[in-house]
Amino acid sequence: MLYLFLRRLLFVVPILFLVSILVFSFVLLIPGDPAVTLAGDNPTPEQIAQIRDKLGLDDPIIVQYGHWVDDLVHGDLGDSLFTGRSVWKSIKERLPVTISLASLSLLFALIIAVPAGIIAATNRGRWIDSLTTVGASLGLAMPSFWLGLILVLVFGLKLGWLPATGFVPISESPWQWLKHLVLPALTLGAAAAAETTRQLRASLSDVLDQDYVRTARAKGLGWRSVVFKHGMKNAAIPVITVIGFQVAFLLGGSVIVEQLFALPGLGGLAIRAVLDRDVPIIQGIVMFAATIVIAINLIVDMLYGFLNPKVRSS
Amino acid sequence: MSGSDGSFDREMDFQDPWTGFTGWGDTAADDVTGESAARRFVRRFAGHRVAVLALVLIVLLILVAIFAPTIAPFDPNKQSLANHLKGPSSTHWLGTDELGRDVLSRIVYGSRVSLTAALQAVVIAVLLGVPPGLLAGFFGSWIDVIISRLTDAVMSFPPLLLAIGIVGVFGAGLRNAMLAVGIIFAPRFLRLTRSAVLSVRQETYIEASRSIGTSTTRILRTRILPNILSPLVVQISLSLGFAMLAEAGLSFLGLGVQPPQASWGAMVGRAYRYLDEAPTLVIFPGLAIVLAVLGFNLLGDGLRDSFGRETRKGGA
Repeated sequence: MLYLFLRRLLFVVPILFLVSILVFSFVLLIPGDPAVTLAGDNPTPEQIAQIRDKLGLDDPIIVQYGHWVDDLVHGDLGDSLFTGRSVWKSIKERLPVTISLASLSLLFALIIAVPAGIIAATNRGRWIDSLTTVGASLGLAMPSFWLGLILVLVFGLKLGWLPATGFVPISESPWQWLKHLVLPALTLGAAAAAETTRQLRASLSDVLDQDYVRTARAKGLGWRSVVFKHGMKNAAIPVITVIGFQVAFLLGGSVIVEQLFALPGLGGLAIRAVLDRDVPIIQGIVMFAATIVIAINLIVDMLYGFLNPKVRSS
Repeated sequence: MSGSDGSFDREMDFQDPWTGFTGWGDTAADDVTGESAARRFVRRFAGHRVAVLALVLIVLLILVAIFAPTIAPFDPNKQSLANHLKGPSSTHWLGTDELGRDVLSRIVYGSRVSLTAALQAVVIAVLLGVPPGLLAGFFGSWIDVIISRLTDAVMSFPPLLLAIGIVGVFGAGLRNAMLAVGIIFAPRFLRLTRSAVLSVRQETYIEASRSIGTSTTRILRTRILPNILSPLVVQISLSLGFAMLAEAGLSFLGLGVQPPQASWGAMVGRAYRYLDEAPTLVIFPGLAIVLAVLGFNLLGDGLRDSFGRETRKGGA
């Protein structure tokens, strides 16, 4: 297991390196002279010089990259071009919101997808299976912001059960925290739920068609324990991989959902940075998110090895 | 993408005897029934009711986009402030927006923007993904390692966030947004192409082609590409759906299509301020997105089921 971990960790290093190059090259991709473009409308020569100096644009590219990575490994993501605030500080401030939202969405997605997937796979061809499949297709086809607005319309505006916007930190009031996050998390989690349901239905169906399941049934084991003991353990493997992918989608999708529900998370920071073309903030957020996704995929790989002895030994 | 592969790339100085070769007939490639692959595909697809329905939906959508000026009852940009935020009525079937513009007409015209945007993104993704995927799969070794690691790196970005980052660098606007979406989808095409090439590379007919001196570029073009076409078509259909969602999301955030042009996502993005007064303004463009994306997804699923060599077990 340790060997597997070390091997995967080794695999992560070149990916992180490439990711850092890609993120760094954002500055190089800016059309025209980056300093002039980033300074906005009617900049003074001092402003341009300041930006040039801040981004170290006069150095050769290799040196620029070296400085950037050096700062990066020391936890310094640079400063905002306009407010001068440390990017890492801004991210840290807003991170709890995004993490709350993403983890609650994942939880909701699993709460919906696991029963739905099992019910569909064990009732293949019946109406409840068709209903689940249609529901999952719809879940994948709905834009999150649209679903969110419909939920706000029904549960926020018409029924008045849940607040439509805003955020309360969990330290202040766990109940209010949850109440404010239910609609956003449902909105963000819907697509993940749909995808996981589809995956679970497919993999559990495959497993239940296997001979050893028939044997387990033949020796008198109840359907329930066959599904949960034999079926789920094997069906979980592909599902866990999908969940690993979902984390990336949830982090990206949270930008839209945060904007929609006026949550003060990373999404709002990213959007403002994009509209202001505040490149250090954009770089910081993208780099940070990619690192999280890579870390989560590493954990998923580990889990995969834990569940599947074949991966462990290979 | 000319053959830069050196030793294998000989000029075609003789007529390739495999020109026009379509397979070994029913002795090798086909079913014992002798049914051709195309025929089997059509038979299976026609039996797939949901997929046929999805195809009809997509064709209708394309027709609406093409004939938008004839179909739309009003000018999509004509404002009438006296008539703003009106609900559905006999003149304005789907109501009017905050500037008194006819919602139905804007949805009809929006289909042009949404469809062409999705198409642009997918074309970019195919152009960026397929050629390197072919190279990585066919040549293997270090080319494969570099290309595959680069793919892993791009895929470790949260997709939407990467798109936002790219738009941030190039500036907001539909063209840049779709470039971003294309870049995000490219690795998926690359991986698909690579694995499809890997599975056919070892086939005897490739070796046979090579042994009679067919150039590598020609092998890639005439032997390998046709063999990986079916998974590509499936992926294109599914990606069109996702690209529409991505366009809608970016336009909703104001990073995609710019006013007064209407895309469905941008319409919802403007309308959500009036959710309480005029909920239909949000509901109808959103329904258009759902229907279109559902159409592409179900079509993709149906195509995948119909292309396969064996019928999948356990229903669709």
